[in-house]
Amino acid sequence: MAQASDVDFKTKLQHWIPKVVLSPSLFLVLLFVYGFILFTVYLSFTDSRILPSYGWVGFENYSKLWRLSHWTTSLTNLGIYAFLYITICTGLGLGLAIFLDQKIRGEGILRPIYLYPMALSFIVTGTAWKWFLDPGIGLEHTMHLWGWESFKFDWIKNRDYAIYTVVIAAVWQTSGFVMAMFLAGLRGIDSEIMKAAQIDGASNWNLYRRIVIPLLRPAFLSAFVILSHLAIKSYDLVIALTGGGPGRATELPATFMYSYTFTRNQMGIGASSAVIMLMTIAAIMIPYLYAELKEKK
Amino acid sequence: MSASAQNQAVQTGRITRTFIYVFLLVASLFYLLPFFIMLVNSLKPLSEITGGNMMALPQTWTIEAWGAAWSTAQVGVEPTGLRPYFWNSIKMVVPAVVISTVLGALNGYVLTKWRFRYDTILFGLMLFSCFIPFQIVLIPMARILGMLGISGTTTGLILVHVVYGIGFSTLYFRNYYAAFPTELVRAAQIDGAGFFQIFRRIMLPSSGPIIVVCVIWQFTNIWNDFLFGASFASGSGAPMTVALNNLVQSSTGVKEYNVHFAGAILAALPTLLVYIVAGRFFVRGLMAGSVKG
Amino acid sequence: MGFLDINNVTKSYGNVEVLHRVDIAVEEGEFLVLVGPSGCGKSTLLNMIAGLEDITSGEIGINGRVVNGVHPSNRNIAMVFQSYALYPNMTVGQNITFGLEMHGVPKPERDKAMTDVAKLLQIEQLLDRKPGQLSGGQRQRVAMGRALVRDPDVFLFDEPLSNLDAKLRVDMRTEIKKLHEKLKTTIVYVTHDQIEAMTLSTRIAVMYQGYVQQLGTPKEIYDTPANLFVATFMGSPAMNIMPARVAVVEGRPHAVVQTSEGGEAQLPFSQDNMAAWDGKEILLGIRPEAITDPDGADRKSNNIVALQNRIVVTEPAGSDTFVTTTLGGKDVISRLRADVSVEPGQLFDFAVNMEKAVAFDPQTEARIEG
Repeated sequence: MAQASDVDFKTKLQHWIPKVVLSPSLFLVLLFVYGFILFTVYLSFTDSRILPSYGWVGFENYSKLWRLSHWTTSLTNLGIYAFLYITICTGLGLGLAIFLDQKIRGEGILRPIYLYPMALSFIVTGTAWKWFLDPGIGLEHTMHLWGWESFKFDWIKNRDYAIYTVVIAAVWQTSGFVMAMFLAGLRGIDSEIMKAAQIDGASNWNLYRRIVIPLLRPAFLSAFVILSHLAIKSYDLVIALTGGGPGRATELPATFMYSYTFTRNQMGIGASSAVIMLMTIAAIMIPYLYAELKEKK
Repeated sequence: MSASAQNQAVQTGRITRTFIYVFLLVASLFYLLPFFIMLVNSLKPLSEITGGNMMALPQTWTIEAWGAAWSTAQVGVEPTGLRPYFWNSIKMVVPAVVISTVLGALNGYVLTKWRFRYDTILFGLMLFSCFIPFQIVLIPMARILGMLGISGTTTGLILVHVVYGIGFSTLYFRNYYAAFPTELVRAAQIDGAGFFQIFRRIMLPSSGPIIVVCVIWQFTNIWNDFLFGASFASGSGAPMTVALNNLVQSSTGVKEYNVHFAGAILAALPTLLVYIVAGRFFVRGLMAGSVKG
Repeated sequence: MGFLDINNVTKSYGNVEVLHRVDIAVEEGEFLVLVGPSGCGKSTLLNMIAGLEDITSGEIGINGRVVNGVHPSNRNIAMVFQSYALYPNMTVGQNITFGLEMHGVPKPERDKAMTDVAKLLQIEQLLDRKPGQLSGGQRQRVAMGRALVRDPDVFLFDEPLSNLDAKLRVDMRTEIKKLHEKLKTTIVYVTHDQIEAMTLSTRIAVMYQGYVQQLGTPKEIYDTPANLFVATFMGSPAMNIMPARVAVVEGRPHAVVQTSEGGEAQLPFSQDNMAAWDGKEILLGIRPEAITDPDGADRKSNNIVALQNRIVVTEPAGSDTFVTTTLGGKDVISRLRADVSVEPGQLFDFAVNMEKAVAFDPQTEARIEG
């Protein structure tokens, strides 16, 4: 009884310490993420050029932005790029995963080979593919040396096709990761379900089409969310591979934002493009994260 | 991914199996080829590359390009090679990884074992910060770094990477500690251990695997970062990725492809090494960062 | 005021009250069992005693001191958890002495205490092992050792046997009982297993939906359950409940029950005050062992009634034979001696011990006192 104040102190301490421990991280995140987002949103409504300035211009930057052919080009490019990137990565990843799941000899060697590009920087990937795809020195040149004189593969120098080279390099980098996600999903499927389906007379094709692939729904969802946010954030790869060119053939919103903000001194427009990027990602991520966190409770 | 969970049911015919093996082998060529070309050509003298076949093995094996990439190549304006930038990256990566991992471990511990009202919302806020397009923070970040007087410095980059690494490291530890029995924490409380004693004596000794996962993930991410490096640390303070890009994109003089390739491999080496040594944990980190664990 | 005093305690999460005004005074040396189905609030109450959950209102006192807001480690309690909660990275010895270490007890004293407890529980040879290397029963002992070494005022057990297999559970149950008789410590023990509750306790609190339904000795709980819930929850097989009508015949109240053949059986009550319910519907409760074959009936009872009824199913269980029959339109289980030969479909003469019968008000489901 005598130590009543003592013991209260320990309980009180225990009540406050966790919050105190969490607070530095929380402070950093609130300031550097959410504070900065608000600041950038604010800038997107101002006449900022080379430096932030606080003259309110309403939606002028946004209307300018949407009139810029540079921006619409980069959006179109992103559309093509994201669609192909997500589709091919998912298809290739799923295919590799299903094939690897057939008790393949050497799986332990193949799996790391598919996955290692994920450990590389996009700058390294870009450098490698840049020369591989270069007609003067890479694949085309090699084919010519091997006697296939008519072989032509100059997409990286071609305005109409350059964006597809970005897709190739990006797929090379990430598809192994998608494979790993699907493989984990496949290994998680109860083998008794598969046996039951076989006893029911399902062919391999039907087994996968009707039973396995529908069961992989969560993996598809995760793959889509991860790939789409990677697509929207793609920046390094384009810089290293094509630098946005030829012309504007491989400009993406991320490169657009950077060049308008830091080299063309149109900070207001740059900020508004960043806001649009954020909103696109938020539209995908927030429902996903909400569902994930809710489920967990 | 336990072996016992492997599906035993699917039967495949001979032709199908052959097709599967061919497909898998072709795929592995696709993944290996670019790196193979880089490696082979980094070991050739320049004349062999411009005149010859990129698929061919070197006629004259030489590590000259590697030496050049490391210590004499023109990066930006100085002929320093990539060496100083490699050390820049190391000086940036090590503290950033350590700090973000420690913060993530403490956050995960609080968010699972010392729950309070609205903690899920706070975690959601931290988690979302992993996925934002970093373009949205570039402008104010540049200003803050300027105001703090650390723009263009390694310290500035450490701060940036810690801030944007907290989300992932918290995610890892939270998911890991969520599966850690809460009864142990309660038993320790009854035994009289305080907040930090429980963390140090009970939680940390069981956290080995997740620490490895988190460190690998943060290391790979921060080492490979280009956007922040290019935005906040150009010049002599630049990290490896930025320096590599400068080396490769420099428009002056003859393009020394073999040096570029050697440089690219040098830039990839640390993360590749981690991948080879601890690939298991690398994959686990990727999965936890995507399928949440 | 008891040694452990739970005084008007409630618990709410937000606006939801999960524990309603609990009042229990536990005397020193008592073995109190909190029993009930999952979600009844028994573990919440235990955690509140331990200090692991806040008390919304009311007071908890231990050994004359109000402990609301007191840190768990300063309440002088010890707890044995369902999962045992042994620290996986420490040896058995370190597990046992961790609490002493945290309380600043010097090493020689810790080692002495550890040796004593290890000897008491016969785990001396395990002291250097890690919990991962132990069997379920060994872990259970270590968990108890960790609690014992603190020499606390109150021991708290949270379903400590539910992770053991059936055989070991019975052994450990006996051992806990022995330990209690030897050390005479105060114990609060949570379980959902009514047999553990009956065998271990000196008193039982039956909990359901956040209320203490009944607090009493095992015998009180078993023979005079406060309401339908307690009656059916305690005892295995459960007490038979059947609809009946009260009729006063020759000045004595009877329960009138429909038999399997469509007739009505008149079973005289031992409780005279049932006459007040003349003509009303009640729910009649009779335990399986009170419906037997005539030779197996309780000789000391003054109120054995014969009842002819048809057998539906027989279940020989070795030591007894359980027989299902129909009374009042409900399946009713009776417990016969093992060597009585019975067949499904047979008309059988049962002996009903009406001294042990209880009646419930169908509206309130409370037992009609008698």
